[in-house]
Amino acid sequence: MNIRVQVLAVVIGLGILVAILELIRKRKLREEYSVLWFATGIGILVLALWFPLLERLTSLLGVVWPATTLFLFGLIFLVLISLHFSIKISRLTDQVKDLAQESALLSEEVSRFRAQSAVPGDRPDSLSSNS
Amino acid sequence: MKVLAIIPAYNEEANLPVVLREMSDYAGGVDCLVINDGSRDRTAETARAAGAGVVSHPVNLGAGAAAQTGFRYAVRRGYDVVIQIDADGQHDPRDVPALLQVLGDEGVDAAIGSRFLEDRGYRPTRMRSIGMLFFNGLATILTGQRVTDSTSCFRALKRPVFKFFAEMDYPTDFQDADLRVLMKRAGFRVREVPVSMRPRLGGRSFINGIVPAYYVFKVSLSILVTLLREAPRPRRE
Repeated sequence: MNIRVQVLAVVIGLGILVAILELIRKRKLREEYSVLWFATGIGILVLALWFPLLERLTSLLGVVWPATTLFLFGLIFLVLISLHFSIKISRLTDQVKDLAQESALLSEEVSRFRAQSAVPGDRPDSLSSNS
Repeated sequence: MKVLAIIPAYNEEANLPVVLREMSDYAGGVDCLVINDGSRDRTAETARAAGAGVVSHPVNLGAGAAAQTGFRYAVRRGYDVVIQIDADGQHDPRDVPALLQVLGDEGVDAAIGSRFLEDRGYRPTRMRSIGMLFFNGLATILTGQRVTDSTSCFRALKRPVFKFFAEMDYPTDFQDADLRVLMKRAGFRVREVPVSMRPRLGGRSFINGIVPAYYVFKVSLSILVTLLREAPRPRRE
């Protein structure tokens, strides 16, 4: 494999690992979302540095150029990461829906109880204006 | 018997007063709850002024989610029966007593209004009738029971049914043939009741802006996965 391609792959792999670590350190990325990203970075690094493995995989896939194998695996990981996000977003959508429904039901309950316990001279919105 | 009418509403300030007045005229003794699905107009104020209970979603969640909020409200407040009726005036409150009467039968868990069981003059557009024919046919085959109006959300449900809807992963947008298949799989006994359908009083329908192709795809997929999943076992009280 061309040494420049190898250097590029190592740089990309290391870059991903450093960027992910830095994002977690700054609390901009949660640890549980980082797993697949670390796998991607490490995978690219391993394939770029361990040439015999890359050659085995390349001949197994029937690809001519080893670098193709490298980027094919990168692509597969990216697809996995996108799928992971779709699953997480679906879950978040459900949770947001449940929270919005719950908040709607609770605020109806609050205004009903306030109306019931309204005493003359006691403004029903006094609670919220004090807080 | 405590009966609650749930009325999901999104920007329906124009139609709500009529629907709520007709509800009190023709379905007296039924509590009305308007679920305001993040409307930008005065839907909530209009409903409150007309004497209905109002639950307001902080954001727009979809017609199905609004219905589910109504089911959850009914479960918590101990209602025995829920009537679901559209806010746009297409469903006629004069049909509510017929739905309740059918539900009075011991062997019926859900009474669903059908526009096609009797010819009452409703004529859908051609594209719409092709879609309806497809889903009615599919639902008829899959439930082994004649389904004439799978898209109908004008219905009366006994507590086990709306409790099941309140707790399950209820669709947030379309409530269609997939629910009929699901109700069958959950073991609920459904009966259709002839109802009239009126043109919308005003405003826009939920479904108009949405690409019909997506609608057909989504409901079909939902039916498929409903069949692939294990049959739900709702608890009966």
